[in-house]
Amino acid sequence: MAINWFKYSAPTTFYGLAGKLIPWFALSAALLFAIGLYIGFVVAPVDAQQGEFYRIIFIHVPSSILSMFLYMIMAGYAALGLIFNTRLSAMMATAIAPTGALFAFISLWTGALWGKPMWGAWWVWDARLTSELILLFLYLGFIALHASIDDARRADRASALLAIVGSVNVPIIYFSVKWWNTLHQGSTIKFTGTSMHVAMQQAMFTMLAACWLYAIAIVLARVRSIILERERNTTWVSELPEVRS
Amino acid sequence: MKPEMRDNMKPRQKRFVFIVVAVVALALVVGLVLNALNKNVSLYFTPTQVFNNEAPQGRSFRIGGLVEEGSVKREKDGLTVNFVITDKHKSIPAIYKGILPDLFKEGKGVVAQGKIEADGVMHAEEVLAKHDENYMPPEAADALKKGETANASAVAATSASAPAASAAK
Repeated sequence: MAINWFKYSAPTTFYGLAGKLIPWFALSAALLFAIGLYIGFVVAPVDAQQGEFYRIIFIHVPSSILSMFLYMIMAGYAALGLIFNTRLSAMMATAIAPTGALFAFISLWTGALWGKPMWGAWWVWDARLTSELILLFLYLGFIALHASIDDARRADRASALLAIVGSVNVPIIYFSVKWWNTLHQGSTIKFTGTSMHVAMQQAMFTMLAACWLYAIAIVLARVRSIILERERNTTWVSELPEVRS
Repeated sequence: MKPEMRDNMKPRQKRFVFIVVAVVALALVVGLVLNALNKNVSLYFTPTQVFNNEAPQGRSFRIGGLVEEGSVKREKDGLTVNFVITDKHKSIPAIYKGILPDLFKEGKGVVAQGKIEADGVMHAEEVLAKHDENYMPPEAADALKKGETANASAVAATSASAPAASAAK
């Protein structure tokens, strides 16, 4: 039997599918967070240069990666919504934005906490830090623009344009440490390999997977709320058991 | 694109082409702007750039490089530190009064902000440590260091024995 993937591009069917998927993603996220934090803070050895301080990397790097990837996914959904006029794409973009902003904020915040003891400064205006700050502002701008327009479909189109334009910033963040002199060190995870001890790698990739699963679970939960809110006047929503009761 | 082709396109294809063209054009513009601002985007100048007079004159700026091995000297007040910033090509002496970050070490990365005075010394107001992207336990770092010194002494031994061998002929 061929699966009709387009079936799930309709909010009506996706609402139910998302509801079934959320517990799986949430549970595995919790499990991987526990394992990742255990490996990171108990198993992984101290670093030769930075001692115990480097351990914040297990939160800092996964949230930075997520903040960039989520932006690209958000911009992708926004573009799909503009091109195909699909309702669900725009809803997904709006559902991703707060989680992306959260990860961008965690990235900057843990970066500052790491920078003070190691570099000797909370903040410097180097290319990596500044472009990540711009990413946070892009997320906040997207959320604010969407919220400021009352008509949901017009809000989708306006904020989609902002998301697409802002996507130019993501490669700049990634390559900033290569293109310019920065205080921020180069990438530890490169296309050619990872310059990290094995136990540290395991902790980092477990935390990365956990962050992904968390992001998926929370975005699905948020998109369900958005679907209910936007389609509240339709018959299918009024017939839902959780709405009727 | 031929006009008849444009007429045949569906609205969603037109929107797709429009978005792709717009993003490519925008990326190009941003790329050119950043390229033009290259000097301003970089956080610091290297000692070589300073020697080539590419760094600003008479005002505060940042120099980045390595702290030269054996160059760190503390003055009697215990707070003023003299050191040399090098990129293994050119070197700039620097003086700083204040508390240094923990990672400030000889042979490690450093970024200092200050002015180069008439004496050719950078009078730093702020010194930051720059660390690399390699993370390993101390034992592994020790092993690496031992390997490096063994390699270096092996190279020294072969280069020392080579002229001796040719002289023996």
